[in-house]
Amino acid sequence: MDHHWDFASVFANTDALLVGAAGTLRIFAICLVLGLSLGLVVGLGRYAHSKWAYLPATAFVEFFRNTPVLVQILWFYFAMPILLPFEISPLAAASLGISLNSAAFSAEIYRGGIQSIERGQWDGARALGMGWGQAMRRIILPQAVKRMLPALTNRAIEIFKMSTLASAVAYVELLQQGKLIASLNFNPIEAYTAVAVIFFIFLWPLVQFTYVLERRLKRDE
Amino acid sequence: MSLLRVAGLAKRFGANEVLRGLDLEVKQGERIAILGASGSGKSTLLRCLNFMEMPTAGLIELDGKALGRESKSGERVYRENELTRVRQRVGMVFQQFNLFPHMTAIGNVMEGLRTVRRMPAAEARTRAQAELARVGLADKADHYPAHLSGGQKQRVAIARALAMDPELLLFDEPTSALDPELVGEVLGVIHALAEEGRTMLLVTHELGFAYHVATRVIFLADGAIHESGTPDEVLKNPRKERTRAFLASHKQYSL
Repeated sequence: MDHHWDFASVFANTDALLVGAAGTLRIFAICLVLGLSLGLVVGLGRYAHSKWAYLPATAFVEFFRNTPVLVQILWFYFAMPILLPFEISPLAAASLGISLNSAAFSAEIYRGGIQSIERGQWDGARALGMGWGQAMRRIILPQAVKRMLPALTNRAIEIFKMSTLASAVAYVELLQQGKLIASLNFNPIEAYTAVAVIFFIFLWPLVQFTYVLERRLKRDE
Repeated sequence: MSLLRVAGLAKRFGANEVLRGLDLEVKQGERIAILGASGSGKSTLLRCLNFMEMPTAGLIELDGKALGRESKSGERVYRENELTRVRQRVGMVFQQFNLFPHMTAIGNVMEGLRTVRRMPAAEARTRAQAELARVGLADKADHYPAHLSGGQKQRVAIARALAMDPELLLFDEPTSALDPELVGEVLGVIHALAEEGRTMLLVTHELGFAYHVATRVIFLADGAIHESGTPDEVLKNPRKERTRAFLASHKQYSL
């Protein structure tokens, strides 16, 4: 089959793609901050000895790890407003789904990182009279975060790609705009190729950055 | 009055009874060397005294004040902030140093002053620099632990403990992880602290050092004090058979 490639119809819609890219970046930023910070809270809960912290945190992780993000987004957008007396925007529904899912996955990264710190570090901190929170904040986390950086960067890349799921509730981001261009110009090959290329341009440097990080961490050991 | 009094101290890990009703009194200015075979409960004793391990039973008094309170079921319970206060008064030096690798030497020494004592940075830095000078490491202040020798690391750890002005210092085999040629510099620092009249408990295998520096020597066996006395009594003229056997095994290959 031969196809005559013609990107003119894509370039004519550059402004629409820019709007989409802005939407992608916005939801990425929201989900990155919410997902990774909520993940820290949940991860600390998973690590804690108190069952009042451990059990809810574990339930959260298991629930969100074992349900598809797309289903969560659709549920927040279409089901929740029927149960609760308020409307929710596509951005809010998609951010909620992606953030909660990312929190569940990053919680396990945080917990693993914290557990990897030798017990002697806790001893050294506690012998100075530090409480649990002080030891965690000053001694344990700074060392753990360094070890977790490659895994957390991978998480960020996942979040970036997951942002396309927001198109399922018509949130204006890159894929949504690609779909729009494809249906208006009958050029799905060029439109979706352009979307893929734009994602690659964003993500490739990020992935290279994780390689550099991993190499640097290995060198420090 | 004694600085520290321990009565009926017991510690069990599952089915393993490590300490079985140990009694001990430490007076101001005493330097007690604790000897014993591995598994005799030496380290566990030290770790119970600053509540790095929670005693299973028994009473610990600091300055005449009993720590914790009796619960309805009869066991002692401790509040976390009471324990953090106790740990500020009882300094500890570990076999493996446990320096914070993400902080410089002076950062390690300042950490307790800044985070626990909430001392202003400039004041903490001055104090930390003085402590590093005391252990002979004034010129290593900005080195990270990874770039220090074992002996230097342990001296930073001692400076870190000293910065908190502890009333009692616990040394848990401070030279056991060191190469033989580095043992001397650490023992020298501990000896200088002894001459200042500091109160200390020292778990060690350096019998000669214990003989010269300790005011009292305790031999632990089966989680209790088996023999106790002056260095001359315990190290030169032990009365108990197990103490003799322990000392004999240590002296087997001495010069």
